[in-house]
Amino acid sequence: MRRAFHALGLAILAGVVIAGCQSTKPETAEAAVVVEAPKRAQPPATTRIDPPTRVGPDNEPLNPSDGTPLGRTFYFEFDRSRIAEADLRVLAMHADFLRDFRNRSVVIEGHCDERGTREYNLALGERRAQAVLQFLTSSGVRPSQVEMVSFGEERPEDAGHDERAWAKNRRAVLVYR
Amino acid sequence: MNGLLNALISRLGIAVLIAGVALGLAAPAPAIEIVITEGRDSPTRIAVVPFGGPPLRDRLGPVAPLEVADIIAFDLMRSGQFDALPTENMISYPATPEEVYFRDWRLLGMDYVVIGNNVVRDDDRVAITYHLFDANNDREIETTTWFAAPEQLRDVAHWIADEVYERITGVRGAFATKILYVLVRNPGTSSAVYQLIVADADGERERVLFESPEPLLSPSWAPDGRRVAYVSFETGRSTIVVQEVESGVRTRVAAYPGINGAPVFSPDGRKLAMSLSRDGNPEIYVKDLVTEELERITRRRNAIDTEPSWGEDGKSLIFTSDRGGRPQIYIKDLDTGLADRLTFEGDYNARAHLLPGGRHLVYVHRYNGVYHIAWQDLERDVVHRLTETSLDESPTLAPNGTMAMYATQQNGRGILAVVSVDSRVRYNLSSAVGDVREPAWSPFLATDAQLLISRAQRAP
Repeated sequence: MRRAFHALGLAILAGVVIAGCQSTKPETAEAAVVVEAPKRAQPPATTRIDPPTRVGPDNEPLNPSDGTPLGRTFYFEFDRSRIAEADLRVLAMHADFLRDFRNRSVVIEGHCDERGTREYNLALGERRAQAVLQFLTSSGVRPSQVEMVSFGEERPEDAGHDERAWAKNRRAVLVYR
Repeated sequence: MNGLLNALISRLGIAVLIAGVALGLAAPAPAIEIVITEGRDSPTRIAVVPFGGPPLRDRLGPVAPLEVADIIAFDLMRSGQFDALPTENMISYPATPEEVYFRDWRLLGMDYVVIGNNVVRDDDRVAITYHLFDANNDREIETTTWFAAPEQLRDVAHWIADEVYERITGVRGAFATKILYVLVRNPGTSSAVYQLIVADADGERERVLFESPEPLLSPSWAPDGRRVAYVSFETGRSTIVVQEVESGVRTRVAAYPGINGAPVFSPDGRKLAMSLSRDGNPEIYVKDLVTEELERITRRRNAIDTEPSWGEDGKSLIFTSDRGGRPQIYIKDLDTGLADRLTFEGDYNARAHLLPGGRHLVYVHRYNGVYHIAWQDLERDVVHRLTETSLDESPTLAPNGTMAMYATQQNGRGILAVVSVDSRVRYNLSSAVGDVREPAWSPFLATDAQLLISRAQRAP
């Protein structure tokens, strides 16, 4: 119960923030309307009439320019949580998608390599997820559409114990729902 | 050292490594591998004579240990402070005090002799009497009789080892303790299974406390040894669970948004310190398990504060924080609210525990890019690396503060290892399957006073 209330508070706060910060942008009116009367039952087909992004067969976001699935894994430097410059373009397309499909939401998983302590890595994984979350929300994605979970070093992509494996394991992954 | 080696092989058939050199001795299914480095002090020499009475396993089945004396000798040798005489080097096998000839044992260089006797009764309960003799002064200094069911014989053996250790060193023994750890079967695959296991401190008598397809980590003990706390991802995200060891009853005590991690019981067992990121970033909190009141201890926006550990009096918490840019160990006085940084050597120090007495710290220390277990004297500001392997983590201390257990890797597999805090002794506990990690050494556990029949001590 308390959790639901917390989420609602965040959503309202987000609406205010978006309305406040982006008052010069054209989306403002739309955002304000949705906050007042969220229409969840709206068929996605109507949104697809003039799609700035497209959806794949599994409902996953596609690159609007070439129709390939958007990359959903973003890698990080050792001990760092800064998004690589090359990933910003792809993340911006995810943000576009989530802005266009307000009924879609995404879980951002944060992961680390095995070096260092497990609890510190849980925190570091969350920092990586947070970097992605902040990018998405500052690009107009609603906080209610994004959720973070850090797995620390517990779910490696590569079970090896060398630099190659570690590089694959330091990552944030977008899991669409 | 050779005596020690022979004793281990003859008694237990285990592979032994000395001074880091693998001797590759054939051994039937080694359960525990021992690495003992050269020490400064000469170990106390002790003979633990095979106990008199019927072969226990013949009479009582596999629930009984082969030989109580072996368990006692192995405990004492694992401490690194004792060198136990190999059975085949003994010239007599006394089972009663009248049969002990001190001169013979002195000729063998023994400082102490332990003898004992088992009497199996019709109901399969065993009366175990042991005697500890000071061979240099021709006298008995302790004798105790215990009365135990077959499945309690291992407990009795560890209690005897604890008594012998304390009588001779003056330090309370920690052999009759338990460990918690996480065993991952099929690690790194989609069929991975995480098991929280409780076992004797020597790795025997394992029991699964909880099992999940999702990660488990950070187990820790309540001070009475009857409850444990750990982090479980069973809901898809981190939650903190408290579980009763005997009944298995589980209570979810923290499932806030974000990270729920690093639970540790306060010394009075009433509170749980933890790291929660519910307010945006990981901070240290203390939850009262009775009133469920949650108190926030640290307030550092943008910093990671995690891995709390209590001071002995419950009035301070040490924890890992990167508030200075890199993870270091801090201590916070819970009365004054003042925080102090404790570690300054290196750019990665984490998951610290204070040794009993509060003057020394054990933690994970990165040195030249390699993760070791380090020991620090807080008053003299001296830091020693206790381990030489890489990827060493999760140090946990025996309740008497003499040994630290930690997780490390061997041939790409996670195993547990133990090192004495003077770094003289090191041994591995290797498991036949999966990845072993996240050890937590129990507090002192009460002996079952009902099993004690009699005790007699004499001043040393």
